[in-house]
Amino acid sequence: MNALAPTAAHTGVNGVALTVLIVLFVLVTGMGFWATRWRRADSMESLDEWGLGGRRFGTWVTWFLLGGDLYTAYTFVAVPAAMFALGSVSGFFAVPYTIVLYPIIFIFMSRLWSVSHRHGYVTPADFVKGRYGSRGLSLAVSITGILATMPYIALQLIGIQAVLEVAGVGGSNALAKDLPLFIAFALLAAYTYSSGLRAPAVIAFVKDTLIYLVIIVAVIYLPTKVGGWDHIFSAAQHKMAKPSVANPAKPTGAFIPSNQQYWAYATLAFGSALALFMYPHSITATLSSSSRNTIRRNASILPAYSFVLGLLALLGWVAIAAGTKPIGLDGKPNAQLVIPQLFEDKFPSWFAGVAFAAVAIGALVPAAIMSIAAANTFTRNIYRDWIKPDATHAQEAKVGKLVSLLVKAFALVFVLALDKQNAINFQLLGGIWILQTLPAIVVGLYTRWFHKWALLAGWAVGMVYGTIAAYNVINPTTKGHFGGSLAMIPMIGQMGYIAMTALVINLLIATVATVLLKALKVAGGPDETIKGDYFADAGDPRVEKHLAMDAHLTTGAP
Amino acid sequence: MSTDNVVDHDTVPPANKALLAVAGVLLAIPMIALLWVGSYAKKDPELWGFPFFIWYQFMWVFLCSAMTFTAYKLVLKARPHRPMTNVDSRESGR
Repeated sequence: MNALAPTAAHTGVNGVALTVLIVLFVLVTGMGFWATRWRRADSMESLDEWGLGGRRFGTWVTWFLLGGDLYTAYTFVAVPAAMFALGSVSGFFAVPYTIVLYPIIFIFMSRLWSVSHRHGYVTPADFVKGRYGSRGLSLAVSITGILATMPYIALQLIGIQAVLEVAGVGGSNALAKDLPLFIAFALLAAYTYSSGLRAPAVIAFVKDTLIYLVIIVAVIYLPTKVGGWDHIFSAAQHKMAKPSVANPAKPTGAFIPSNQQYWAYATLAFGSALALFMYPHSITATLSSSSRNTIRRNASILPAYSFVLGLLALLGWVAIAAGTKPIGLDGKPNAQLVIPQLFEDKFPSWFAGVAFAAVAIGALVPAAIMSIAAANTFTRNIYRDWIKPDATHAQEAKVGKLVSLLVKAFALVFVLALDKQNAINFQLLGGIWILQTLPAIVVGLYTRWFHKWALLAGWAVGMVYGTIAAYNVINPTTKGHFGGSLAMIPMIGQMGYIAMTALVINLLIATVATVLLKALKVAGGPDETIKGDYFADAGDPRVEKHLAMDAHLTTGAP
Repeated sequence: MSTDNVVDHDTVPPANKALLAVAGVLLAIPMIALLWVGSYAKKDPELWGFPFFIWYQFMWVFLCSAMTFTAYKLVLKARPHRPMTNVDSRESGR
């Protein structure tokens, strides 16, 4: 291993930290496999047991699972790295994003909960199928959900890789560099396969304990160690004002957004907030709460999480003041390594090991939840609706397990193929896609005015526009495609988040096409919901029309 | 159940519109405040060494939480839950 290490001394193998990391990693891997026995079911051979943990998770487990959606490698690695490398417009927008998120949840997720409770919907595609009577639109929503989840999982894998690299594992050539990641990935895949949602639910306890411990210590201890917040902010301001390496005519980044960046900052925040709860894994977690009001109550308490996220983002600037040099094992600078490197430089080895484990395990839990949610979506909305309508429970469970492996494999493709320098783009790229399902889902919660074919047309145009626009963003340093998520907004002439532009185009197409289709008197599909469904609460009777076919999915506590 | 009590569940439950509007405004305020970036993208006044841009957004974590909680209480009062008691007969009649 030492032979592979580069000349920079501090990137060598950190024995103590690595040992702590490996011990904790082995511990949670063991727990992941053991989880199959936890609250053991008679048989694991159904999607309900494998993919929903038997639906017996109470408030606490659900809370930890929801925490898995919130504290991910996005929070721990990508946001501080973006703050470190490019400043506030690229990173700090995560704070307003996670603040405006909750009024949005308050407004529409309670309606989605009610209608899902009445009709037994588990995925957003289920709702779309029931509301518009359109399998095609439902298929589009489920494909988008699965596709958008992949870069998000990839972001988690990058988080794990960053930790391993700072701990000194891996080599300078491509194979040796990615090998530890493959091993971590294979373990994750294996216990997700055998234990399903029980695995992340069990590991989440360990994960959250480690994360809170590390965050609290880091945020209290580090600023005093590097000369106080005054010094941190002036160091950050100084770095951001320096000419950029890639383009000397421009500054490195933004300390505080300039007036050309207001649109970018606002659209990144608002677009990400609208996107987050369109993802299959967040919707499943939200629908698992016990009543309509639980969601609304939680929406007023959860913003506390945004505060901690903001402090974590500032750690990226703490690293600037601390003079952290995130150099990879290949000898090249890599901003994603900045938080692990900061911990390694400033803490005793054993605590750095705990922090590494917190990041790595903090990435494993959401990666598992996301791949399971994507697999549930595939099984329920593609496999059963399109391929094998009379699938047995055992067949569904088998398909779900296999798809969870496939989703992770494709996520690995994203890691290997896309530009990792600015990992936050992975989440933003997923956002571009998932946001195109908003008109069908969110607008559909309020009105059925849009025609199903018009929604499909808007979705298609939004997806194509968003993907092309994102592809055309070139990273100035690496010259790679998908180098960012900002592009010129047509008409306004300012840079903005591509997802929002695509969404506006999507809505325009859907509106025009709806007017046309209505003028031509093209019939829409049947709507199986009634107005009262959108106000239902726990205790209201449920519609059980598909009882014979999918009783295992429509009954039980949602 | 007498026919007087039969509710058509394909209607929106009654609500106090004024209270709902107030709740809507409370939920809209944090969104507008944070999306209007020009209003807070500046360094001064600083607070404990934190630029205005940073501490202002941290402050909204608490303001938004308080506003969402107030909106929650208002919505509960504005539209009490209408149980779907007689819905089964309706479903079978469809």
